[in-house]
Amino acid sequence: MQPAPSDTPFRHRHLLGIERLSAEEITLLLDLAESYVSLNRRADKKQDLLHGRTQLNLFFESSTRTRTSFELAGKRLGADVLNISVRTSAIKKGETLIDTAMTLNAMHPDVLVVRHPDSGAVKLLSEKVNCSVVNAGDGSHEHPTQALLDGLTIRRRRGRIAGLTVAICGDVLHSRVARSNIHLLNAMGARVRLVALPTLLPTAVNRLGVEVHTDMREGLKDCDIVMMLRLQTERMHGSFVPSEREYYHFFGLDYEKLALAKEDALIMHPGPMNRGIEIDSSVADDITRSVILDQVELGVAVRQACLDVLSRGLPDLRHNQ
Amino acid sequence: MADFFAQPPGTDPPPERTAYINARLLDPGSNLDAVGGLLTERRRIVDLGPNLFRDGVPEGIKVVDCAGHCLAPGLIDMHVHLREPGHEHKETIASGSRAAAAGGVTTMACMPNTDPVIDDIALVQFIERRARETAIVRVHPIAAITKGLQGERLTEIGMLAEAGAVAFSDDGLPVSNSLVMRRALSYSTAFGALMVQHAEDHALSASGCMNDGEIATRLGLPGIPNASEVIMVERDIRLVQNTGGRYHVAHISTVEAVNAVRRAKKRGLPVSCEAAPHHFALNENAVGDYLTFAKMAPPLRDETSRSAIVAGLKDGTIDTIATDHAPHDQESKRLPFEHAANGIVGLETMLPLSLELYHRGEMGLLEVLAKMTVNPARLLNLPEGRLAKGAPADMVVFDIDVPWRVDVSSFHSKSKNSPFDGRPVQGRVLRTVVGGRTVYRRDA
Repeated sequence: MQPAPSDTPFRHRHLLGIERLSAEEITLLLDLAESYVSLNRRADKKQDLLHGRTQLNLFFESSTRTRTSFELAGKRLGADVLNISVRTSAIKKGETLIDTAMTLNAMHPDVLVVRHPDSGAVKLLSEKVNCSVVNAGDGSHEHPTQALLDGLTIRRRRGRIAGLTVAICGDVLHSRVARSNIHLLNAMGARVRLVALPTLLPTAVNRLGVEVHTDMREGLKDCDIVMMLRLQTERMHGSFVPSEREYYHFFGLDYEKLALAKEDALIMHPGPMNRGIEIDSSVADDITRSVILDQVELGVAVRQACLDVLSRGLPDLRHNQ
Repeated sequence: MADFFAQPPGTDPPPERTAYINARLLDPGSNLDAVGGLLTERRRIVDLGPNLFRDGVPEGIKVVDCAGHCLAPGLIDMHVHLREPGHEHKETIASGSRAAAAGGVTTMACMPNTDPVIDDIALVQFIERRARETAIVRVHPIAAITKGLQGERLTEIGMLAEAGAVAFSDDGLPVSNSLVMRRALSYSTAFGALMVQHAEDHALSASGCMNDGEIATRLGLPGIPNASEVIMVERDIRLVQNTGGRYHVAHISTVEAVNAVRRAKKRGLPVSCEAAPHHFALNENAVGDYLTFAKMAPPLRDETSRSAIVAGLKDGTIDTIATDHAPHDQESKRLPFEHAANGIVGLETMLPLSLELYHRGEMGLLEVLAKMTVNPARLLNLPEGRLAKGAPADMVVFDIDVPWRVDVSSFHSKSKNSPFDGRPVQGRVLRTVVGGRTVYRRDA
């Protein structure tokens, strides 16, 4: 495997978010992920970079796609991977978090991949353990590997990120995917538009360096990429949207609205999709426009790249013997 | 170096006559700022002035040489949570009183959101008894406005006031129901009782856990808008207009609410308010990377509101500085931000943080001290808070300039939840006197 260029080291012990990464660090991760893409298409996908390392996937929130992706990434790099699902009662969440962190830390894992329903929980956990921590999504805060795989998808399809106009559409308020993508796309020089109902936009979001549109037709106009977000119905604590029907009418991506974007605009979605709520089925399945399955494929490569760079900062195995 | 703390007074004989000499006498109530001396006899101040002891102290009087340092009325903190009864692992009346003494606070008014709630005469008496037996500073209970803080049935405001409750509040919770609040304000006029409101529209705050704005958006945390506070303040001011009840806004935090109180005062309404040091010493940036020690209700606001608090203190819109001392154990704060408890300890940082207003040239020294002495005394109808003949001998001696760093590990409170750890400050308490008796002395 090609080593990360030594003049641009990845100086973080954890990957907790995109916000504090530089364009150089993001590029380093994308370049490295690129090399894993072709490797993943071979019959023999196995590497031994993480041989002897232990990777724990600690999920406080259910997920199939992200957990499987991290599991494959770790296994293809030769790590021993364990999946742990922790059910959390609403009250004891935090207690379980610290207790679990301490317990797992005592087993000497090398990498912890953590998803948690509370913003900031993964960072809190990272302060209590000795290993590297990868944020696999914390509350409404960040989901860095999703943004990296989205960035890689765009770069492979368009050859660049800089200068493109990307419309992020839907439930921005509750979306960690949106936040991570805003940071990544801005760092890489894209123009970011947010397209959402006012009730689904966080306060002062324009301060994050984005254009804001509350009319989807206007927001999609001449954009290069349409990035749809899942309407996170499970996060709805109040009447953000009166009905799914009304939502689809104004914010569901169908061919009519898509026609306002550039002719070759790509459609992305982090999954899982709510067909008929935020996206029309035929649009989602349109192989000439939708890159949703590319995203899934590249997700594994991106996570391999993340595990790769973080493992370079781990203590050498020989010293542990 | 171990600081000296007195034991609770118990049946101690009254303290001997004591002369405080070489003191910079500071009395906001009479606008006194002069070098001089002060004499206490038994539990009261009997004389003071620039010329007292000019020719020496007569035989038989104990002498405390203040070495040129400030001698001011002991501080009055009209908003503390002492956690007793019910949460003694966080604080007790005893430990809270030691924290107060170390902070120069000689009188505290404690909030009723204990377990059980202070909503009954027996509980007011319990606080008073525990204070007598275990505290080294004065403790006055604030009783609940509604039974069990439920926001429905009024407490026996008249009898509770008679029993010693100095004010009424459902603090921690607002009195949300407009009719209940109207009745509380109306009923209380018969007794001149002060209604202290935790002003927050709970439905609007919803699950919010920090100030609504860019930082909350970046952190992915639900925000509490400024409107949440001012909606309640504006509503209550209208009810004050209807009823004539005495109304006090606790821990005011937003520019809009300060403006609303300013307007109400101009119209002559019996409205007052307090600000907590963290709301003028910090803004929302202190939350940084999910620092739960910077989580409180109301939350730290943006810079516009922070400077509006300073302006409100300056022009008299804000009457008092009160800490909202809210002790919490580690477990309550070592949680994901949304689940962490609200509040910080404040008694031991009250004076130096408030003195920042003086040291930065924003307010005069007597003006700052008035917010923590004579002003709360007037609101609560207490005889303390003044350097005057016949007043209780409650005093604080402090070095106004000495620089030091806040160190939570040296706090005397049971809890250490403070965002000010390591903050460089100026001004330090050297001695605290309650009823003529030194209850705290810093041994340098």
